[in-house]
Amino acid sequence: MTALIDVRRVFTHMEEIHHEFGPVAPTPLVRGAIAAVLRNPYAGAYHADILPMMDALNPLGVDLAKQLCEAMGVLPEAIQGYGKGAIVGAAGELEHGALWHVPGGYAMRELLGWKGDRAAYLAGKGGVSTGQPGNALSIVPSTKKVGPPGAALDVPMTHINASYVRSHFDAIEVRVPGAPHSDELIVILAMSTGARVHARVEGLAAQDISQWNGLR
Amino acid sequence: MKSQIRKIIVQVDEVLQEGGQAVSPPTRRALAMAVIANPYAGKYSENLDQLIDIGEELGGLLGERCVKALGIQPEDAHSYGKAAIVGEAGELEHAAAILHPKLGAPLRKAVSKGAALVPSAKKQGTLGTAIDVPLGHKDAAFVRSHFDAMEARVNDAPRANEIVVAVVVTDSGRPHPRIGGLQVYEITGTDGLR
Repeated sequence: MTALIDVRRVFTHMEEIHHEFGPVAPTPLVRGAIAAVLRNPYAGAYHADILPMMDALNPLGVDLAKQLCEAMGVLPEAIQGYGKGAIVGAAGELEHGALWHVPGGYAMRELLGWKGDRAAYLAGKGGVSTGQPGNALSIVPSTKKVGPPGAALDVPMTHINASYVRSHFDAIEVRVPGAPHSDELIVILAMSTGARVHARVEGLAAQDISQWNGLR
Repeated sequence: MKSQIRKIIVQVDEVLQEGGQAVSPPTRRALAMAVIANPYAGKYSENLDQLIDIGEELGGLLGERCVKALGIQPEDAHSYGKAAIVGEAGELEHAAAILHPKLGAPLRKAVSKGAALVPSAKKQGTLGTAIDVPLGHKDAAFVRSHFDAMEARVNDAPRANEIVVAVVVTDSGRPHPRIGGLQVYEITGTDGLR
């Protein structure tokens, strides 16, 4: 019997942005994404119960988060923005991509030093509301689609501790040439080390986060 | 720094299975790209020395980034390739100036030896244009298991006055090569061909 989690390919992407036709950044913004191409065990037919795969994805998620941070050449403490996504091959359904919501978020929280209650989070009741309880308080923004090999997904990114930090609203385009096959899924994590390189549209700034509720 | 670099991008593609068969060890290809300003954009210049010097700088920088991303020693590199995409205010010859005169020597240093020609591709393009970087074994161009290509693309480049320069280095050939031809163990590595 084939394992529920059966990875065929791992694709990592990192970029250093020195400028975007404005002043050169003293430290380049580093953004990265990692994509694992895996077999979709539910492709080709409707399955009422797909939850076993959601739990089974947890270890892969943690592993991908660590690999991504390494590929970006930074320590977890340097990560300020994150996002996640999934691309489902043609024989699957969008709902299969939704399996990544919990394990993808959990993976980056595990890496970035979240101090919340893991059991509560996994039960959909995570979150703490007073003082800074740890890092990675924000909901991890996400997107997903069904697509052909080479499909591009714009993965949204926001600040890890407060979703409303305007300088950190961003997106990174992720595509794996040749994948997903129709019976595959691509699960994606994305991270960045800071604001957009020439952020200047005001709004909540990272240093003004005060409510520690994941929003402001 | 001779080149004005806007972005550097590094990608690693690791294949653990192909055709339902495990690939052991996994094949890995690393792609490093620089998005640079084209100093000759929008004007015809007989002399292209600035781009030739930029090519020399990027051959080392991008080659080293690939080797580092693979986490290997230079002598463990297998194949390589190079490519450039010139924005619309430049000429195809600008890609040639970067790729051919001086990029090879520092790239070869980054992968050690490199008796074989570095396969190349070039084109004019716009934001998100993809180029397939051809690959060949670094010490013997006829090694059939290592003929390959890796797609390179930057979603927001090249702008009209930019050039995307790409280098690929691998630590392996194709996932399951089985079409015969010259094998890695048969390389003599003196003429760059066999």
